[in-house]
Amino acid sequence: MISVNPSTSNMEKLDLHNLPAEQTALDIKNLDLYYGEDQALHDISMRIPKNRVTAFIGPSGCGKSTLLRCINRMNDLVEICRIEGEIEMHGQNIYDKNVDVAALRRRVGMVFQRPNPFPKSIYENVVYGLRLQGVKDKRVLDEAVETSLRGAALWDEVKDRLNASAFSLSGGQQQRLVIARSIAIEPEILLLDEPTSALDPISTLTIEELITELKEKFTVVIVTHNMQQAARVSDQTAFLYMGKMIEYADTDTLFTTPSEKQTEDYITGRYG
Amino acid sequence: MKKWFRTGKPWIWLTAGSVSISLIAVIGLVIMIGWRGLSFFWPSAIHEMDIKQADGSTKHIIGEVYDSEVVPTTRLPQSMVDLADIESETVTRYLMKIGNREYVPLDFTWVLESLVTKDTTPKNMAVIERSKDGNFYGRITAVTENGEVVAKQSDEDFRKVMFERVERAVELNMQAMGLQEGEISSINYQLNELSLERRRLELQDELTEQAIADLQAQREQLNADYQVYEKELFDLREQAQRDALIVKDFRGEDVKVPMYRVLDVNFPNDMGFFAKLGHFFQQIGKFVSDDPREANTEGGVFPAIFGTVFMVLLMSIIVTPFGVVAAVYLHEYAGKNPVTKLIRIAVINLAGVPSIVYGVFGLGFFVYMVGGSLDQIFYPEALPNPTFGTPGVLWSAVTLAILTLPVVIVSTEEGLSRIPPSLREGSLSLGATKWETIWRIILPMASPAIMTGLILAVARAAGEVAPLMLVGVVKSAPMLPVDGNFPYLHLDRKFMHLGFHIYDVGFQSPNVEAARPLVYATSFLLITVIVGLNLTAIGVRNHLREKYRSLEH
Repeated sequence: MISVNPSTSNMEKLDLHNLPAEQTALDIKNLDLYYGEDQALHDISMRIPKNRVTAFIGPSGCGKSTLLRCINRMNDLVEICRIEGEIEMHGQNIYDKNVDVAALRRRVGMVFQRPNPFPKSIYENVVYGLRLQGVKDKRVLDEAVETSLRGAALWDEVKDRLNASAFSLSGGQQQRLVIARSIAIEPEILLLDEPTSALDPISTLTIEELITELKEKFTVVIVTHNMQQAARVSDQTAFLYMGKMIEYADTDTLFTTPSEKQTEDYITGRYG
Repeated sequence: MKKWFRTGKPWIWLTAGSVSISLIAVIGLVIMIGWRGLSFFWPSAIHEMDIKQADGSTKHIIGEVYDSEVVPTTRLPQSMVDLADIESETVTRYLMKIGNREYVPLDFTWVLESLVTKDTTPKNMAVIERSKDGNFYGRITAVTENGEVVAKQSDEDFRKVMFERVERAVELNMQAMGLQEGEISSINYQLNELSLERRRLELQDELTEQAIADLQAQREQLNADYQVYEKELFDLREQAQRDALIVKDFRGEDVKVPMYRVLDVNFPNDMGFFAKLGHFFQQIGKFVSDDPREANTEGGVFPAIFGTVFMVLLMSIIVTPFGVVAAVYLHEYAGKNPVTKLIRIAVINLAGVPSIVYGVFGLGFFVYMVGGSLDQIFYPEALPNPTFGTPGVLWSAVTLAILTLPVVIVSTEEGLSRIPPSLREGSLSLGATKWETIWRIILPMASPAIMTGLILAVARAAGEVAPLMLVGVVKSAPMLPVDGNFPYLHLDRKFMHLGFHIYDVGFQSPNVEAARPLVYATSFLLITVIVGLNLTAIGVRNHLREKYRSLEH
């Protein structure tokens, strides 16, 4: 059986299905998503708790990344995509007509599968979001760079070459740079879309340790195809299959005593 | 055999063969044009020849061998064949440049090799480059000052004295030219502005007594200035007329060549290899830096180089923003539907429209419609003389910009589509709007592709002549489009262009034989200019590529 992170399992267990509003970061209500005629997500409802790490697991094509990308409306870029249902953040539906998408994305940061630093210096990568907001004060920017890079456990490695190109970093460092870039604008929620799938095991370990630290300040939602990773870093886990949410529970509950047959089949490796 | 085909070797031969043919074609072209063009500047020996004539006399000529060709005997008149007593089927004949235009009907003459009875290249034979009437060939016997001989050829320091005086005359001519093109032309320009100002006031009904008096005062002041400069100019000219060269020409007669017409004196028969090399580069230098003389058949091509480069730069400045903006719209904002596809196909097909059609369009639309309207609105005082309603460098640049727009759009779009979507998402996820993402991430990363488009556009535009003939190029432009008179850039002026210069010298000049080397030299120069422009752009592009060499995973 998969071992569960002891620090995680010691945390106070939450009643995920009746989560009080003040502990809820996101309230997903009856979400359906269609690509043209095809329905990719079927009636997803869940509450994601604040300052915790929530993992989405499931086989390839189950819709876990699609669900994640609904949270910061990244699916808007896909022309044929259509969404029904609601995602509430602080009681407001983010799919409401008068929501400023750019402002939403400032509150919901995202890190992608492959590190995607901009073709700029390390420094400029980190301050990109702040510059967009019009911050020009050099001291504020310098401070944000140090805080964010420390927060992403990268400061000690790059503090002497902040003006070097971001491409001079290794893959793992680049991914931490992207995380630093995201947390520099102090979002409430951080979405991680298979953040370690393109990385070597040592970089993966560094990032996993980082995720555990990040939840003190941010609500983290992570998509992973790696069940061990979900077990190691997350507090609660949702299992998706064929666009439906099969089970959503505390990580140790889900991995030790799954209530659904499909979940058990997946975590014991019978398919996926 | 079948097996050999299946190994794929024939394909390697085929592909490598076509590359080789292309390479040979390109290198051959450049070498031929370069050789023919550059050999024009190498000082050739001055021959003194005796040629047998039909009436039994001999003709004496002095000149340089310009060209030689082998002709079949049958193409010559029978009398000439008999005279030369030719038995072979072919015979060589030379094209001699004999200069001295005042004393011969044509300064080029064909000489049959078999008729030459004596051919020497004597020392002391001089080529005198003149500002009018072309070269003069002969032996310089004396230098005179106000008609008095001050140095004879027998004198020891004759050449030193002569060159000193040549330099003095050239220097004085330069000063006079500077005065004419600087101060005097500036005064003329201001006088013209004054009369335009008067007309403007008249049109606006503001021509008061006071204004007339003001204008008159300014005019008088300028006229007074002009008198001073004019006196100075005449002074310089008079000084330059002091000296003269006495030259014994091909007839054996002493001819007076006034010094103020002399640009340079050379003795190619006395030159060693290095002296010739020095002269070669000096001549090239003159060719690229001097103004043309004698209906473009002599002198340099500087205004044409300047016009070409200036027009191409102006075109780049116009075409790049338009092309990039259009490509951004097509790629980023336009919906992916049949209409967009249709527009894209139309844009690509625009590149296939014959360039002369653009010329006609430019003349009809830009020059007459846009330019004419601009004149009505902004320059009514100059009417009926057109300002922008006549062909000029601006309209040429705009016409070529339209011509090259498709190239820039297509390559920019390609560049935009090569940028990994993950970078867009990265920027959007940090709260950037689409516009901010395009401006801060996409366009900088697409800049190498934009530069590629610009390189292709420049390559096409710099070599285009046909449309320019309708919208602004002239055989000889009196003034450059940039000068010292406010507003310094005169985009309404006509300009000279290397491509048109080739056409003009090669096909419109009175002496086509004489012009041939100039055509090669100008062609080589045009290639050099285009290659230079392209190398600059490629340099910039490679720098950008290096900067944005991204995400090669």
